[in-house]
Amino acid sequence: MSDPDFTFTIDGTTIPAKPGQTIMEAADAAGVYIPRLCDHEGLRHQGGCRVCTVKAGGRSVAACTQPAAPKLVVENETDHINKLRRDLVEMLFHEGNHLCPICEASGNCELQAMAYRLDMTGPTKFPYLEPCRAVDASHPDIALDTNRCISCSRCIRASQDVDHKGVFGYVGRGIHRRVAVNGSDLAHTDADITDHAISADVCPVGCIIRKGVGFATPIGEREFDHGLIGSDIEGKRRE
Amino acid sequence: MDRYSNPTPGADFGAAPASRSAVVAICAAYGNDPHRMLDILRDIQDSFRWISPETMEIVADETGLSRIQVEGVASFYSFLSQVPKGRITIRFCDDIIDRFAGLADIVAIFEDALGIKTGETSADGAFSLEYTPCIGLCDQAPAAMINDVVVTSLTADRARDIAAALKAGQMPQDIAVAGFDDLSPHERATRMVANNIRQAGEVLLGPVSPEAGLENAIALAPAAIIDAVEASGLRGCGGAGFTTGRKWRFAAADPVARRFVFCNADEGEPGTFKDRVLLTERPHLMVEGMTIAARAVGAREGLIYLRGEYVYLREHLEQVLADRRARGLLGKDILGVEGFDFDLRIQIGAGAYICGEEGALISSCEGLPGEPKTRPPFPVNRGYLGFPTVVNNVETFCHVARIMDRGADWFFDMGSDGSHGTKLFSVSGDCRSPGVYELPYGLSLQELLERVGGEDAGAVQVGGPSGTMVDRANFHRRLTFDDLATGGAIIVFSAQRNILEIVEYYMSFFVHESCGYCTPCRVGNVFLQKAIAKFRKGLANPEDIDYLRDLSATIIETSRCGLGMTSPNPILTTLENFPMVYSALVKPSRDRIRATFDVQAAIDDARKLAKRRSYIFDKDFTK
Repeated sequence: MSDPDFTFTIDGTTIPAKPGQTIMEAADAAGVYIPRLCDHEGLRHQGGCRVCTVKAGGRSVAACTQPAAPKLVVENETDHINKLRRDLVEMLFHEGNHLCPICEASGNCELQAMAYRLDMTGPTKFPYLEPCRAVDASHPDIALDTNRCISCSRCIRASQDVDHKGVFGYVGRGIHRRVAVNGSDLAHTDADITDHAISADVCPVGCIIRKGVGFATPIGEREFDHGLIGSDIEGKRRE
Repeated sequence: MDRYSNPTPGADFGAAPASRSAVVAICAAYGNDPHRMLDILRDIQDSFRWISPETMEIVADETGLSRIQVEGVASFYSFLSQVPKGRITIRFCDDIIDRFAGLADIVAIFEDALGIKTGETSADGAFSLEYTPCIGLCDQAPAAMINDVVVTSLTADRARDIAAALKAGQMPQDIAVAGFDDLSPHERATRMVANNIRQAGEVLLGPVSPEAGLENAIALAPAAIIDAVEASGLRGCGGAGFTTGRKWRFAAADPVARRFVFCNADEGEPGTFKDRVLLTERPHLMVEGMTIAARAVGAREGLIYLRGEYVYLREHLEQVLADRRARGLLGKDILGVEGFDFDLRIQIGAGAYICGEEGALISSCEGLPGEPKTRPPFPVNRGYLGFPTVVNNVETFCHVARIMDRGADWFFDMGSDGSHGTKLFSVSGDCRSPGVYELPYGLSLQELLERVGGEDAGAVQVGGPSGTMVDRANFHRRLTFDDLATGGAIIVFSAQRNILEIVEYYMSFFVHESCGYCTPCRVGNVFLQKAIAKFRKGLANPEDIDYLRDLSATIIETSRCGLGMTSPNPILTTLENFPMVYSALVKPSRDRIRATFDVQAAIDDARKLAKRRSYIFDKDFTK
């Protein structure tokens, strides 16, 4: 890369960037948070959830996959963009079964935290699809409830690229597409509780469940009880 | 959720267990190459009538993939099945045109004769009946696929005869065409399917001079070929309309080890069938155009992606390729030009509309589920296997060959500003002469309707479901890229047709065909479909019209590829052009209670668990 570093703007703030960086990578480094669910540090970019949609040079694009460009004008936190994001997050809530009060991920859940950040406080307008898929509790240490899956594919990428195991994959198409495992059930895969794909960090919701630790941390002390999702990245800017 | 779901696994329906050695041999025939997964799985499906879990394990072992990766592909394509199918699978074309042409009666005859419902397989494993979206035969609906052949213009009598012949053990090809074995592949195709060429234009369907374009092209420097194509004003004929010359220029730009030229023959937009006619009648022109493209961008390898529904044309196309190789028009040193090497293969699809999107098409050719690729990088920079890949439509390549024969100016002077040359229109529905028309760009819709005998139309769907539903007041609009753009579909509806029935069908199509990669397309289209169903049932409120607009806007703005960016069009363009259809059906709610909320159904499970009965809702209630 011989091209020089450059700058662009997000909501008027100047962001330094290197050639080849995506809008989101540059924003993260500069302490500007762009909401996202399927993108995750250390994993390939996916561009699937579309929550990171921004307006770049007048076009709506996914910030996690769109390369930054010199003098690009990016809109991130506008009413219009936040409304799109709220719609997308609502879609994910309605696609699966997300009953926060009875879910052990509550408080640590990125979907829930994103809903709070995007001010999803009123009644929602979409119909519930109410999937009814069997929970896979075959593994001694891990359970899988795909009714809570938001199709972010973070477990798939983590298992494939970090653990080099390929425990997870998608099957089906469209609304029937779902995460499945490389075996008749989880017990018949290489999945291990120490896998990166199984770690609390990777699954953003309560789909991959580590048995025996669910309610160890009390409500009020969980990850997003301490601050809005994205505040860690925004904190960099204040420092 | 939809009409196309696979039945739940059950009996093996007499399917023979796949022998390990047979599966190993199929994989070996494709060099155990994971990029050939679609071919491997298609062959397994054909041989064993399903792709069993055990088979997937073997394929995974042979190709070096994991079982879940194989299953990801096997479960993506509609023509691959994870439950055993009958030895004969009949797929009824479930397009709205077929429905209006009496599909239900035809289906009932087959169901009655074979003793199974659509979606089922007979207990002896002889037959499966299925629905499938548009198979590209709208000009001769109702139509169906029977294994690898098609039957068209079905009447009740013909349906009864076909069912009886199948039950008597006659082979599908002999039923589709009398004397099948004695005919050439071209004769087989044309006797099975009428071309219905209603108007031959100057460029494609009129007389053409074989190889004249290619001969002119080899006399030019590659850059000069690109200049000529760009100067002709040719734009992609598949629907998106990107300038062909510019696409080639990008692909030729960087020095790389390999480049590819792909022909998109995955003509999946409902109501489009013009490529079917070109593949049947102008296959040499198409491959000539591909060869010119290869010369222009420096590609040595190519591929024709033929939709699974057009598998009946495979033999015909294979023969064309063999013939061209024999004549030195494909292979090494084409036309004696040293170092001009180009050859290609046919990739057959397996029932997935999304594979018409160029990134998804490339994914499919790489042996992956047909998911679009992240852009940038664009296929012209990094496409198939990471190499620059030109993907153009069948019609586009045919035009290229003619442009190189007759010159850029000749082509540029036809049509109208920004839309040069001629266009093939696939006309179907409520008109006197459905079929293919080659006409210069710039004609008004009204003029086209007069030619096809559709003057009395109440509505015309231009460009298929992803295009525009046009009302009579807009028939003056012109068929150009800048006004009414179309990949070729012109679907005529009489004033008697129910607009919302059409819209509901198109939304169910998009739900069925969404790949599921991105949230708005995967989930949002289901919500749109459900909302239209509310209107159809008379349960919609006035605010539901705003809801449709609002949700459509989110889907269009946030979707990852063209499917989601256009799937709300059936709703948006009918809201725009047929607002009364919606407003006539909405009812303001009394007491803010939504008509869709059925309180009784909502509490029914709990009521049963509690063993309580209601003196309001249970008519036979007695204390």
